[in-house]
Amino acid sequence: MAATVNYRLYVGRKRRNGVMMGLAYLATLFGLGWLVLILGVLLWEGFSGLSLQVFTEMTPPPGSAGGLLNPIVGSLVMTVIAVLIGTPLGMLAGTYMAEYGRYDKLTMVVRFINDILLSAPSIVVGLFVYEVMVAQMGHFSGWAGAVSLAVIVVPVVVRTTEDMLTLVPDTLREAAASIGLPRSLMIQKVAYRAARAGMITGVLLAIARISGETAPLLFTALNNQFWSLNLNAPVSSLPVVIFQFALSPYKDWQKLAWTGALIITMAVLALSIVARILTAQRKTS
Amino acid sequence: MSVAAITVPTVTHSLSKDEELTEKISVRNLDFFYGDHRALKSISVPLYRGKVTAFIGPSGCGKSTLLRILNRMYDLYPNQRATGHVTLDSADILAPSQDLNLLRAKVGMVFQKPTPFPMTIFENIAFGIRLYERLSKSELDDRVRHALERAALWDEVKDKLGANGLSLSGGQQQRLCIARTVAVRPEVILFDEPCSALDPISTAKIEELIDELKDDYTIAIVTHNMQQAARVSDFTAFMYLGELVEFGETTRIFTTPNDRRTQDYITGRFG
Repeated sequence: MAATVNYRLYVGRKRRNGVMMGLAYLATLFGLGWLVLILGVLLWEGFSGLSLQVFTEMTPPPGSAGGLLNPIVGSLVMTVIAVLIGTPLGMLAGTYMAEYGRYDKLTMVVRFINDILLSAPSIVVGLFVYEVMVAQMGHFSGWAGAVSLAVIVVPVVVRTTEDMLTLVPDTLREAAASIGLPRSLMIQKVAYRAARAGMITGVLLAIARISGETAPLLFTALNNQFWSLNLNAPVSSLPVVIFQFALSPYKDWQKLAWTGALIITMAVLALSIVARILTAQRKTS
Repeated sequence: MSVAAITVPTVTHSLSKDEELTEKISVRNLDFFYGDHRALKSISVPLYRGKVTAFIGPSGCGKSTLLRILNRMYDLYPNQRATGHVTLDSADILAPSQDLNLLRAKVGMVFQKPTPFPMTIFENIAFGIRLYERLSKSELDDRVRHALERAALWDEVKDKLGANGLSLSGGQQQRLCIARTVAVRPEVILFDEPCSALDPISTAKIEELIDELKDDYTIAIVTHNMQQAARVSDFTAFMYLGELVEFGETTRIFTTPNDRRTQDYITGRFG
């Protein structure tokens, strides 16, 4: 008697397990499906437009051939400047939080505000920089674009720097202190070294994050149809060109937009892979 | 004085009657607080120059806490404070004006877990030396070699000084840390359970090393291993619940302890 009851319980549990597993698989497939579709369409549409011309010629007027050289260079220049501004700021703040002010109230306040900044919509950042730079200067500019990207870089770098330094064991700090090492040198020579891979990963992720940002650039760097390295003037960028070309009625512009999207995706993919490799190295060392 | 350089495991130390003892570090009426918790209760104990003093006692009795006061390591953390008198050659260690980096250069420390810096074996040693001295390349090489020889590690690493310190075995890493400590030429070396993460062979090597080092340094060692305390130390302090129960020559403490609690701990009845 008891055995049959148990058996029925068991069968029922097994059946429920099967149903739930099936649902879990379906949900996973559903999520992955869209991703595969997006990547598939992107590759299909973008790859056919990929040629040397894309990297050597300027954005064309509608109806004629051209490439994406000016937005690619513009994006690269603004990204580099944003990283140059944002990384030192973020690393210094993260270092303060993890090393000097670990037990201070100020650190808790900064961490809280940083988390808000981390999840702030980027369009807000664009509007902010528009107000403080574009409106004051009277014109759109590459500098304003770079600054708005830097504002997005800072919280990412602050967060990863603090996290990675917090992971450095206190025993290592004590060991450094035990030979009479001042705290500043301990941080530079020991803590940074131990946390290096993770901190670089943070910067790479920040770059990945800003590579696709469109909203802040629309309000700041705007766009430029021509070759220009003048950062006091509007500068072209891949996301904005994609935005503009994809919404245009011209077939060749739409084609270029696909290709630009593919280039950004591949760049971000490459960055993510490098970041993964670095993180894996940190774990094994 | 029967403290010749004998291999350690069988050594028992005894002091000749007329040997002059001078206090390198003296602790008087020391209290220590973690927040409101009083972890040490008016401790008074000397560390004699050129001697090894062992601190034994059950977990949580405050022996590591005491050790970490002697180089003000507790200063790295908030809400910890010490009151009382601790002097190194009659200079007040606890004085707020005490320069911590100079103090720690004089009072070195070896930790429970080996903690090589994430750099090469050579740099692990040279790093500390460069902090306080400007040396030529060849002088620096000599100092690094000397430190590694003192730590009985030179023969094992002389062909791979450029390798990462973390690539060594646990026992080698701990000797690297001892070499790193020795390299900055401290006067006192504090060992905080230096062998608890090591196998017996590595442990024997470290004990042998401590015995050799005491000719030049004043040494304090915290250990859970009573045989180790008996083997390496000249003096032993038994601590219990934040109090110093008994202090004396190691041979006496281990043969005729005065306090009941010391005897119970040594004979393994509690702890």
